[in-house]
Amino acid sequence: MTTTVHPKTSPEVGGIGHAVRRKEDDRFIQGAGRYLDDIVLPGMLHMAIVRSPIAHGRIRSIDTSAAEQTEGVVAVITGQMLAEHNLAWMPTLSGDTQAVLATDKVRYQGQEVAAVVATDPYIARDAASLVFVDYEELPAITSPQQALEPGAPVIRDDKEGKTDNVAYIWEAGDKEATDAAFAKADVVVTLDTHYPRSHPSPLETCGALADVNPATGEATIYLTSQAPHAHRTLFALVAGLPEENIRIVSPDIGGGFGNKVPIYPGYVVATVASLLLGKPVKWVETRTENLISTGFARDYHMHGELALTSDGRILAMRASILSDQGAFYADAQPSRFRAGLFHICTGSYDFGAAHVTAKGAYTNKAPGGVAYRCSFRVTEASYLIERLVDNAAWKLGMDPAEFRMKNFIRPEQFPYRSPTGFVYDSGDYHTALREAMKLVDYEGWRRKQAEGHPEGKLYGVGIASFTEVVGAGNSKEYDIAGIKMFDSAELRIHPTGKAILKLGVRTQGQGHETTFAQIVAEELGIPYTDVKVQEGDTDNTPYGLGTYASRSTPVGGAATAVVARRIREKAKKIAAHLLEASEDDLEWEPGRFFVRGTDKGVTIQEVAFAAYTNPPEGLEAGLEDVCYYDPPNMTYPFGSYIVVVEVDPGDGTWKVVDMAAVDDCGVRINPMIVEGQIMGGLTEGFAKANMQWITFDEQGNCIGSNFLDYLVPTAWETPRFKLGATVTPSPHHPLGAKGVGESATVGSPAAYVNAVLDALRRAGHPVENIDMPVLPHRVWGAIQGVAVKP
Amino acid sequence: MYPPRFEYSAPRSLEEALDLLAEVGDEGRVLAGGQSLLPMMKLRLAAPAHLVDINRLPGLGSITDTNGEISIGALVRHADVATDPTVAAHAPLLAAAAPWIADPLVRNRGTLCGSVAHCDPEGDWNSLMLAVGATVVATSREGTRTIPIADFVVDFFTNALRPGEMVTEVRVPKAGPRTGGAYLKLERKIGDYATVGVATHLRLDESGRIAQAGIALTSVAPKNLKVTEAEELLVGNEPSDELFAEAAEVAARTCQPTSDVRGPAEYKRAVVRTYTERGLRRALAEARGEA
Repeated sequence: MTTTVHPKTSPEVGGIGHAVRRKEDDRFIQGAGRYLDDIVLPGMLHMAIVRSPIAHGRIRSIDTSAAEQTEGVVAVITGQMLAEHNLAWMPTLSGDTQAVLATDKVRYQGQEVAAVVATDPYIARDAASLVFVDYEELPAITSPQQALEPGAPVIRDDKEGKTDNVAYIWEAGDKEATDAAFAKADVVVTLDTHYPRSHPSPLETCGALADVNPATGEATIYLTSQAPHAHRTLFALVAGLPEENIRIVSPDIGGGFGNKVPIYPGYVVATVASLLLGKPVKWVETRTENLISTGFARDYHMHGELALTSDGRILAMRASILSDQGAFYADAQPSRFRAGLFHICTGSYDFGAAHVTAKGAYTNKAPGGVAYRCSFRVTEASYLIERLVDNAAWKLGMDPAEFRMKNFIRPEQFPYRSPTGFVYDSGDYHTALREAMKLVDYEGWRRKQAEGHPEGKLYGVGIASFTEVVGAGNSKEYDIAGIKMFDSAELRIHPTGKAILKLGVRTQGQGHETTFAQIVAEELGIPYTDVKVQEGDTDNTPYGLGTYASRSTPVGGAATAVVARRIREKAKKIAAHLLEASEDDLEWEPGRFFVRGTDKGVTIQEVAFAAYTNPPEGLEAGLEDVCYYDPPNMTYPFGSYIVVVEVDPGDGTWKVVDMAAVDDCGVRINPMIVEGQIMGGLTEGFAKANMQWITFDEQGNCIGSNFLDYLVPTAWETPRFKLGATVTPSPHHPLGAKGVGESATVGSPAAYVNAVLDALRRAGHPVENIDMPVLPHRVWGAIQGVAVKP
Repeated sequence: MYPPRFEYSAPRSLEEALDLLAEVGDEGRVLAGGQSLLPMMKLRLAAPAHLVDINRLPGLGSITDTNGEISIGALVRHADVATDPTVAAHAPLLAAAAPWIADPLVRNRGTLCGSVAHCDPEGDWNSLMLAVGATVVATSREGTRTIPIADFVVDFFTNALRPGEMVTEVRVPKAGPRTGGAYLKLERKIGDYATVGVATHLRLDESGRIAQAGIALTSVAPKNLKVTEAEELLVGNEPSDELFAEAAEVAARTCQPTSDVRGPAEYKRAVVRTYTERGLRRALAEARGEA
């Protein structure tokens, strides 16, 4: 573990460790990005979707005549029409099925029922309100508990023989060993908490522009996609289109956060419409459509237990989950585990046994279960263990930092096999927590807390020491529809020494155009400004599984390093030829080969030119290569976050007065971009802890269908963060890097909640739990000792 | 976000605007800042057939000091109220409250008069107007009349304007010596409507007794609620913590909050009590020159 890494390249070359400015920002800050809705094609039509106003109901009839007679309307598409092409249903990424346009029943408010295609978007929207659907309303199921009650109406009666609302049942770990450990425990601490439904709500909503050429059958589909290659293959498999005729173009993406991983009904219907009409068809969601129908996240009802010794050792953990899946089980995750990677819930702690059970229920809510800035349910897992650990320290009368230090996996135990089967690659949890305590002045805040707040408010200090699991994945355990979770990089060095790097991943704002250019700069000494990074167009990039779950640097970044090293090997042969020396006598320094012990050398640019003008005999011309990288393991970034809050007992409001975040994501390629990712994640974690959720009333109406009810923090509410770093390289990644995009969203929510609970507990209120979001009325209720809803 | 079809006029004179408003009647709406109207149209919650855009009308954009009152024209934006020196000098409560209206983007476009006319019970301005005793000036082809704010705010999204009338200004009494006030707003984030808002306003006589009191509440009734009973309780008395607690109790008892995602009714009632007390204390400190 170290805290600083010194760059090996000059600032002009800008290799690893240089906090260079992001190349892509020139166009973004000038408003010159090109997003899906900016694309206009000749003869383009516009599509609007007719959605169900009710949560559960049988469709008696659909009357499209008034819409069809509206001037400017070209077509009205219903599920019945899709069914004729066998496209009324489509598979989900979790092996379930999902209605494209409803034919039998609607199963959530906002579900797609029909689509109107018109010559302009205003007409399409006007005519959509003229499609009359006659529903026989059915009782709505709005919680998984309600869904599992005996006699509850069966939501998925489309599935033959289905008599209940169970979406899946799953378990992990060793029940017997866990039970034995609990039998020996001095103290058992439990926690019941709900991780509420949230939504990634990217700045740009989802959309598609499908352009099927009626003469050639070639389909160019512009798509807000985090995984264009995987989407191409799924389009081929689902729609039966020949894959060579499908070109997916993912243009500039205005944020994804997991929301743009699934295939949505709108994409399919726009493509079918273009196919049928022979014209380009554009569909772009409104904000409300995005929030009520596309991939939600979380919604886990969790029960956790820790078995403890009286002197503060954790012996074992039990966790059971009831997940609210909505109407279709559509978790966007590539593992063979039904609850994603939730079983990493033993976190940063070393103990012998754990057992996890999970059950998913269908409800009358939108489907999804996307990994919102999360590696497939690790967010819920990390939240549960970090809340439990704080409760354990509280119950034992121990300081929560001391309790963590006592139970952390020790540095010499890595690689560490967790009780549920993960192999953590590297870590030093004690140092990260110590650094965070120093950065925030932990002892100082504890003193101030003991002295009391000058205005009668309550100070609270909360910790979270998370471990993440990112970078899916090794091909043995992770795939999407059978496609293995490798990723790719193709690097071409041009004759003038400039380069283009083509990747299978897809940036949505993460800064790939800079970070991956810096990796090439590091490996070849070509200035990062000379390396163009291309992603998103399936005709022009090698196959990849896309960007989500912090996998781009662990997988795509590794592929880039490996392909650059292969090119360096070839470059060495050319250099030897140019220098009339033996390869064995050549040394490499960033950007240059030289003959050992002399000043005779050639630059990489000179070598590149020679590759096209003067290649050695027997060697193919050109300087390019491609790498498909299959990671041997996931990477396990970690960190410690400490939050200090002050709570106003008069109205239950709380604000963050200090916060320190120490992250260890191994080697940082661009420290500025890494810090930007962390600050964004800390902000999103704060949003979830403080204000953000999607809830439903008893009829299944979505509360949280626009930014008036679904709250996104502004600069005003967002806390100020102190960031720190430790560097524990990943032993198996070619650059020692780990993913970092999600660490802060995963790790921080528990720290905020723990801080508020600490404030209340130290003021004499024995509060076991407050669910997120920790809204003022919930805090007030906890202080008053009264139950409050919602 | 595509609103339904509508007609749009942009008259150049007040006379022309009033003619248009008379002509289009109930189907028409005045467009000033558009910060409530346009989102409602885009969400298809409102579908006026005709918008009369008053942004080109001369003379409605100023704040003037006239005979003991501050006049705020129909095109004065929230942001102007926050920074105007006349408001700061003579209506400091409004200047202090203005930064709590919505967010900076809304404040740059939205107008005080538009917000007053909108009569949204979750709007902040009408509580402040009720606390300080403002007057609304309404104009139509028939002429101009002044309406006390307590009469202007009729009900849930309902004002006292007659067909063809528009609000052309709002007048606020100048704060004299020994006055103070506060607007305390609980919101989930910047730009959110109030969960609870409490406007308090006090004027002391030379002996230090309360000569005038204003208390009004946001978001806890079908309209912005003037708590007359609490005001009467305060007037003529020596200010004290006990008196303020009693007035706060009356405010908490009088309000009619509903339970929703912002919190249960009992919680909102408790916040009304807390904020009324805190607001009165702050108003008193200001009136005594201690703040």
